[in-house]
Formats: sequence, structure tokens, C-alpha cells
Amino acid sequence: MAGIPHDHYEPKTKAETWLHKRLPIAGLLYDTLMIPTPKNLNWMWIWGIILTFCLVLQIATGIVLAMHYTPHVDFAFASIEHIMRNVNGGHMIRYVHMNGASLFFVAVYAHIFRGLYYGSYKEPREITWIIGILIFVLMMGTAFMGYVLPWGQMSFWGATVITGLFGAIPFIGEPIQTWLLGGPAVDNATLNRFFSLHYLLPFVIVGLVALHIWAFHTTGNNNPTGVEVRRASKEDAEKDTVPFFPYYVIKDVFALAVILAIFFAVVGFMPNYLGHPDNYIEANPLATPAHIVPEWYFLPFYAILRAFTSEVWVVQIASFVTGGIIDAKFFGVLAMFGAIAVMALAPWVDTSSVRSGKYRPMFKWWFWLLVIDFVILMWLGAQPAEEPYATFSLIASAYWFAYFLVILPMLGVIEKPLPQPETIEEDFDEHYPAGSESASPQASPAE
Amino acid sequence: MIRKITLSAIAALGLAAPAFAAGDTGHIEDHAFSFEGPFGTFDQMQLQRGLKVYTEVCSACHGLRYVPLRTLGDAGGPQLPEDQVRAYAEFYEVFDPELEDFRTAKPTDHFPPSSLAEAPDLSLMAKARAGFHGPYGLGINQFVKGMGGAEYISAILQGYTGEEKEEAGTIFYENTAFPGGWIAMAPPLEDGYVEFDDEHANDLAHLAEDTAAFLMWTAEPKQNARKEAGFVSVLFLIVLSVLLYLTNKRVWAPVKRRDEDQS
Repeated sequence: MAGIPHDHYEPKTKAETWLHKRLPIAGLLYDTLMIPTPKNLNWMWIWGIILTFCLVLQIATGIVLAMHYTPHVDFAFASIEHIMRNVNGGHMIRYVHMNGASLFFVAVYAHIFRGLYYGSYKEPREITWIIGILIFVLMMGTAFMGYVLPWGQMSFWGATVITGLFGAIPFIGEPIQTWLLGGPAVDNATLNRFFSLHYLLPFVIVGLVALHIWAFHTTGNNNPTGVEVRRASKEDAEKDTVPFFPYYVIKDVFALAVILAIFFAVVGFMPNYLGHPDNYIEANPLATPAHIVPEWYFLPFYAILRAFTSEVWVVQIASFVTGGIIDAKFFGVLAMFGAIAVMALAPWVDTSSVRSGKYRPMFKWWFWLLVIDFVILMWLGAQPAEEPYATFSLIASAYWFAYFLVILPMLGVIEKPLPQPETIEEDFDEHYPAGSESASPQASPAE
Repeated sequence: MIRKITLSAIAALGLAAPAFAAGDTGHIEDHAFSFEGPFGTFDQMQLQRGLKVYTEVCSACHGLRYVPLRTLGDAGGPQLPEDQVRAYAEFYEVFDPELEDFRTAKPTDHFPPSSLAEAPDLSLMAKARAGFHGPYGLGINQFVKGMGGAEYISAILQGYTGEEKEEAGTIFYENTAFPGGWIAMAPPLEDGYVEFDDEHANDLAHLAEDTAAFLMWTAEPKQNARKEAGFVSVLFLIVLSVLLYLTNKRVWAPVKRRDEDQS
């Protein structure tokens, strides 16, 4: 763990010395846990721990569910009912797993928008950001495949629609789709491979999370000011930071407890709130549901997918230029994946030398507009594909791309940033003046 | 920042709800069932009445293939005594793949599946239908009113107008609660159709509600246990949050330089 100077692990007993010479694992754990962390982090820096918790929660509940689940089209739906009725505590484990996916996405969206606002993606944290986007993509894939496993109507038809997207790729689309499904349509082969991958991918995510943490432990955390920790000496660094343990461990665990209280209220009192009633009907390839709606966390990207119809001039131009190779369907697919890809570009399209949005008067407005845009896209994704929603979707999708490809590059040039504090210490002391008794008991670190 | 957390939460909770919006559903009135809301529990007597209606009427065509007969004796359900569960099971004939023949059902068997191919299985019907979606489509009132699945079933049973039409050899009955307005199921219940030993009210509205409550139980038999678990978890986490809040304050006090007189 290079970077911020701090005390390293020193084995104290003979046994510790013996182990340390052979495998410095205690040292690794110590340095990870005691890492100097900016002392002005606010409540938006809790989501990393929430996300780590979600990952562990989903793996733990998922492993138990897999013990009772049968990945076969004839038995999958019934095996879920078996879990709900006959397995000890099975109904709670399943509802926790089901709603755990939603908690996971609430946290990841908060985490991503935190990064976008405070410029956490900027130099030198580009790798952290890119790995984060990869984790996000894998999370979406894992959640999508997990939703197929109960083999309800939405499972089946959601899988049919989403895998159908690959069929839109010119020339090679259909063979790819068949290869993904293991046959001409969503069937037993599909269910089996989705189960296998749904079990595998979370462990790939674990690996990427380790890299994600390693990367930002090397660069040091970002913080609300975006000002870097002083590294000239250990004394300087200690003025800007506190060790992660106990300060942030306690703070994050407190936040986790509050969030879990809300989470268990949902699990206990309305566990099906975020689900779709149709998924309590067993999959029937002969009966298409009236509306095929993805889970709430896919809705913004689903809205972007549907926004680009053949009536949109951009699509018509793309179709004309490519001689019809890029049709409306393929354009929509490109737009959906592109919407995630432009997020990955953020470190390079943002030209501003100022990291934190706190000191960027114009950026703030565009950022909050992006948050609102995201919420509107989510709402539009659940609406039927008809006017006026189609036009709204197009405008909202256009803003999503414009934010990353036009607004971020331009702002860096035209915006006059506000003065930033010299050091983190200066910012922190401004919030907590020495000897101050008036600090409100509600005050949170650096709020 | 709180604003942002709130926004995310609204995005998460509020906007998922339109997913429930399901086309041209009929109008469903809310009804205050005993099992709604965080503290609502099933009414054992109502479930037993609903079981009777199901047995005498619904089971002629419909099935409950996911429901084990023995669960009729479980706490939080109709909770029949063991001998009654055994006697009840003997009403049914189930197919035994080992015998390759039908035999009398035992409590360890499930209810038989639908005997009529067109009649859907009712095990999960109360969760597979959302009767109403709350104000402005936000659906947050599911917290107190439930999803409306039970209301939907009750409304279907009471929604017949008496109009009939024949299409391609099938008779359809007009029903104000059914999506599309015409249902193939003949009116299954009427006032006084099923009689109860305790002479409980058996007009159509009561029979429909009892049936709906029973089918809510078949769909969510562990509901009481789940709410208890939810209640205990939330209570525990609130206490834990308070303790952690105080710990956090204490831990940070020296860093925030408010430490002089706060031990």
C-alpha cells in the first residue's frame, strides 16, 4: 500500500514474527484496516461498505438458496415454492436475497453518482473508476440472470427480450443469440447456464472488488473537497487523515444499521413491492404478458434502449450511412451499452482541473440535472412504448449522452471554479472550530 | 447530501411501482383485510371458512398444487387439529407415480392440481394479481394495504353483472373486475351458497372475502412468521443504530475537538 505515509505493521510477539517472515498476511490486514483516510468524508462515503455488505449478503443467502433450488424448467418454479413453504426460514432467505438485489442497486447508484459529483473518477483514480464500471456491468448481468431463475412469466419473457437484443447485432447476431441461449429459444439449456453463471459471476465480482479496493488504497480516498492528502511527511498526512479503524468502521457500521432497518421493514412488511406479480405465474412460452417490464434498476437503460426508434433522425442517418446495417433495433442496443460506456469515459472527457463539484458553480446544475434525468429515465422505462413517453425518452437519453460527451468537456473550458481549501485539515477545521461547544449533536463529519 | 440519499430512495421505491400497472384492469375496491399492514395477521376462523368455500366450490375445477395438505395444521394458517387435517386429506384422491394409480391423499401430499385444464391453479393467485397500485401509481401504500391480490379475488367473485355472451362455443360472463370485462368462469358463488357450522354470515360479500383471505394464505403461508421476523429485525436494528450512533459520536469527539469536557 504505497501512497500516504503511515505507520506499518510491526510484529510484536515471537509467533507474529514467525508468521510475518513466512506470510505477511497480518501486515496486509493491518495496513488495509488502518489505512489513513481523509477525515472530512461525508455520509456519501458510506456506500462502499454497504455494497461490500450486499455482496456478502447475496452470496451467503444465494448459496443457501442454491441448496434447495432445482435448475430445470419443469421443477424450478415448484422448487422456489418449496423454499417458500417447506425450507426452514426459506421464505425469509429468499425475500432477503430478492430484495437484497434492490438494496445492492440503490447503493451502487448512490455510489456512482457520489463519484460523479466529487470527481472521484479523475486522475489518479481512473483505474478505480474503470474497475467500478466493470463491477456494475457484472452486477447487472448477475441480477438479470438471477431474475430468470424462479422461472416465472417475467423471468421467461424478460430473458427472451434481453437475449433478443444480441440477435440485433448485424450478421453474427443470430448465431450469438443461439449460442447464448443454448438453443433457438429460452429453454432448459438457458436456465441451466444462467444458474451456473449466476453462481459464478459474484465471485468474479469479489475479485474485482479486491482490485477496486487495492486501487483506491494505492491512490488514497477522494474526499468532498477533492484536495489531496498531504504526503510530504507522516506528520502532515496525519493532520489530514484518520485511520480507517475505528473512525470509519464505526461510522459505516452505524450507517449500515440504519439502512438495514429500512431494508428489513421492506423484507418483513412488503417483500413483493419491488417485484412483479406476473412472476408468481409459472413461465408459459405460449402466453405473452401484457407488459414486459424489467426490474426497476434496469429501467433507465431500458428506456434508452427503446428511445431510438426508426422515426428518429439520428437512427435514419445511421441506417442510411451504413446501408441499413445499423437499423433501429441495433441502434437501440448500441445506445444502451453506449450509455454505460460513456460513464467509463468520464475521466477523459471531464476537462476541468478542479476535482470536486463543490467548487464548480456551473457543473453543479448540470450534475443535478443528470440525477433528475436518471430518475425520469427510470420512470419512462416502466411506461408503455407510446407517445408522449417515446419523445420524453429520446430527450432524456440525449441528455445522458450530452452530459458526458458535450457538457463535461465544455465546462472545463468555460467554467470559473470557486476557490478551494489548501488542505483537508483547513476544510475540516472550518466545520469543527477548535473548542467549539455549539456543534450540533446532529452534525456529521464534514456535513 | 441527505437530499441525494432521499432522491435515490425515492427513485428506488417510487418508480418501481409503475411496473405493477397492468393495462385495462377492472376497478377494484380496497378492503381492510385482517392480514394487511405491518401488524396484520391472518384470522384463523376466516381461513377455515375460506377453506370450506374452497373445498365445496372452487376445488371442483381449480387446484392448489403447491400447497401441502399438512400445512392446514400449521400455526398462522387455518390451524386445523391434526386429526382434522388427516380427515380432510381423505377428501382427495391424488395420483401416485409409484403406484401409477390414484389413491386417497395423506397430509404429506399436496392439494390436487386443477381438474379443469382451463381453470388456473389458485395457490399463488393472490400474489400473481395486483388489484390496485396506490395513488399516482407510486404504490407505496402497499405497506398498509397490501398489493390488492386478495381484493382482486374478492372483486372477481362479486363482480358478475348477470350479462352473458357466447363466442366460438364458449359462454362468457360479464365481470366488472376482470381485465377485458368478460370471464369464462360462471358465477361460482351466491348468497347463502355455503353454510357454516357457527352460522357465520354467508352472503356473497362474506363468502368472497373469506375465499380471498384463504387464497392469500395459500399464496403466502408464512406471512405471520415473516412479519414477526421483520418486526424483530427492525426493532433490533433501531436499538443497534442508536448504540452505534452514540459510539460514533464518542469515537469522533476527540478528532472534532469537542472532547475537553465530554468524557
